[in-house]
Amino acid sequence: MAEDVISLIRENVIQGRVTQDDEGFDEGMVGQPGVSELTEKALARGISPEDIIKRGFSEGMVVVGQKFEAEEYYLPDMLASAEAVGAAMEILEPHLVKSGIEPKGKIIVATVKGDLHDIGKNIVSILLRGAGYTVKDLGNNIAPQVIVDAVAKESPQFLGLSALLTSTRVRMGDVIQALIESGLRDKVKVIIGGAPISEEFARSIGADGYGADGFEAVRVMEALSTGVESGEGL
Amino acid sequence: MSRPGILVKPYQRLKLEQVEQIHRASLSILINPGVLCFNRNAADIFGDHGAEVLPIHQGSADCWLLKIPENIITDAVQAAPKVVRLGARDENNCLILNGQEPRVHFASGSEANNWLDVGGETFISKRKPDYEVELPVFRVQKGTVDRLAKAARLCEHLDSWDSFLRPVNIQDDDITDDNKDVNKLFASLNNTTKHVMSGLTELSQLDNVVKMSHIIAGGEDRFRENPIISFITCLVKSPLQLVDDTTQTSIEIARRGIPLVISSSPQGGSTAPIREEGMVAQINAEILVGIALTQLVNKGTPVLYGSVPVRARMDDLYDSYGVPEFSQYNIDCVQMARYYSLPCYSTGGVSDVKVPGIQASVERLFSHILVTLAGPQYIHYAFGLLERTNTFCPVQAVLDNAHISMVKRFVKQPMVTADRISESLEQVRKVMGTSHKLYVRFVRSVLRSGEITPPYPFESKGMVDETLLRAQKQMDEVLSLPPRHIDKMTIDEVFQQVPGLLTRLRDY
Repeated sequence: MAEDVISLIRENVIQGRVTQDDEGFDEGMVGQPGVSELTEKALARGISPEDIIKRGFSEGMVVVGQKFEAEEYYLPDMLASAEAVGAAMEILEPHLVKSGIEPKGKIIVATVKGDLHDIGKNIVSILLRGAGYTVKDLGNNIAPQVIVDAVAKESPQFLGLSALLTSTRVRMGDVIQALIESGLRDKVKVIIGGAPISEEFARSIGADGYGADGFEAVRVMEALSTGVESGEGL
Repeated sequence: MSRPGILVKPYQRLKLEQVEQIHRASLSILINPGVLCFNRNAADIFGDHGAEVLPIHQGSADCWLLKIPENIITDAVQAAPKVVRLGARDENNCLILNGQEPRVHFASGSEANNWLDVGGETFISKRKPDYEVELPVFRVQKGTVDRLAKAARLCEHLDSWDSFLRPVNIQDDDITDDNKDVNKLFASLNNTTKHVMSGLTELSQLDNVVKMSHIIAGGEDRFRENPIISFITCLVKSPLQLVDDTTQTSIEIARRGIPLVISSSPQGGSTAPIREEGMVAQINAEILVGIALTQLVNKGTPVLYGSVPVRARMDDLYDSYGVPEFSQYNIDCVQMARYYSLPCYSTGGVSDVKVPGIQASVERLFSHILVTLAGPQYIHYAFGLLERTNTFCPVQAVLDNAHISMVKRFVKQPMVTADRISESLEQVRKVMGTSHKLYVRFVRSVLRSGEITPPYPFESKGMVDETLLRAQKQMDEVLSLPPRHIDKMTIDEVFQQVPGLLTRLRDY
């Protein structure tokens, strides 16, 4: 029985269904439980959060990744699956704490002051949640001090900054400077991304990482997660 | 079943008043100056039906000046079928061309002497010898039966290619004027189940070609129901001259009741006025004369209004297909055909340049889009033609197939309904309740249903332009698909009954 629920979770991750109201690729899925309802069901049946994550979410996302690599899935498919996992992770979060399971890591994300563009940041947030990170999204047009205050309050391992405009990317440097002035720079890894950003720019302002797209952002996070312990970075 | 084509809401370049002005101008041309006719039978036929026929001295050839009254034209337009069915070996591939419905189908065309192969070759930079890049290279070859068969196989598997009009002139050593027609028709019919259209090289071969088509279609009666071949004749040499041999060919095809394109191809600036109103008035007169002849020979002969107006280049007076006037002329002609409710065989998609690339894409896309928007029932020249129709390039045909499928999406009719608006409102409300505010989730089913355009098929990762090499790869894949040949028993019968077929064609 437990295996059935896990297998349904996996299948619904692959189909990218958050709730019972969502369509999948197969006909007639609307009305059938999605990843959120199935996660609740699994917890009610006593299946451990660890099993749900490893054998449901992770194995499902591996298949999604393979389909994306094979060009069978497009980015919207990947995002739908990641969104489903992200939503279910929120359901699991209190249970993870109870079980003593550490989340993968926490990241605060924001689009910097003067910039209202947040599609890229939102895509990265969905993918990071889908990859098991806790994401706190401050929104767009966020002043450096607001970001610094959030870092002080939330103590995340990572800070993700986004900008679309060449005129606003300089604000990323302002945020890093504000972190230095607040004595928080060593407490958080700063990762930046957006259309006008390059690795060279990231180095020039003293960022720790740069992701050219959402997938690279996840890869950089994974690499820096190891680097957080070993002290590696850009 | 028939091929769906694409139904468009036609772009009307000319106002109805202007269409009528051009119509009256064409009728006026047919009286004064009239039409020079170099074919005695045609002169007699027109004379018997009330045209004024004046023998005139025109070099050494017999020639008559025809002054054709309005009633001959209006009767012919009335008699010509408004719906023409072009059959196919696979009847799901037949075309229903309705002169009153702007449903567009795409076909190849010309009879190009050159066949252009595209391949990849690695080049090393002189400035940076460690820098290598693979670039397309081109190789011109002559048209052969083998290559014609290959083009037909390509047509069979490319979705936008609705009808096969032989794009390659077969120039093998064992091809002669006397066996050319049967071999080009057989190579075409044996390699595509779509409709096959062709010109006729030798009138003496007409009955052999018809016999072959009857056998392949399953008998004469079946051929009448499902005419798997049709003909195109250019009986008019612009300006306003009925040529002896092609006029006779048109008469003979009409007698047999086989679908026929009456095509005229004047060149604005040399063989027709360069301004559109003059060009269109003349070509319209030329096509109407041809259509009238077919209806006088055999009332009800299925005919297509074949307009191939081009504009002259100003440096060498060759045809230019890339200029905007080319599309303007063609759009106007589509409107003239629609005025008569006759199915229109129109023209689009040729490039002046010799090789695929940026110039070729720009030139052909203008007419692909604009002429399609006009809503002709059949657009020929739409696949693979370069160098002003002198070169057929199969890789270009693969590109054209993809681009035409995009054009078809562009011109398709909107589907705004109350249900779809309700669905959209639901999406807006759902998305506004999320933190990410993204509609990507709702893209998926629409993408999978084919409603929205998939990625450009020749796009490379990293946005490097590898279009030609990728198109060449796709062409190889398409050509490796199994052919849909005629069954062996039918082929045996064709080879027994039709003289002149090359035995090596059995291998294709």
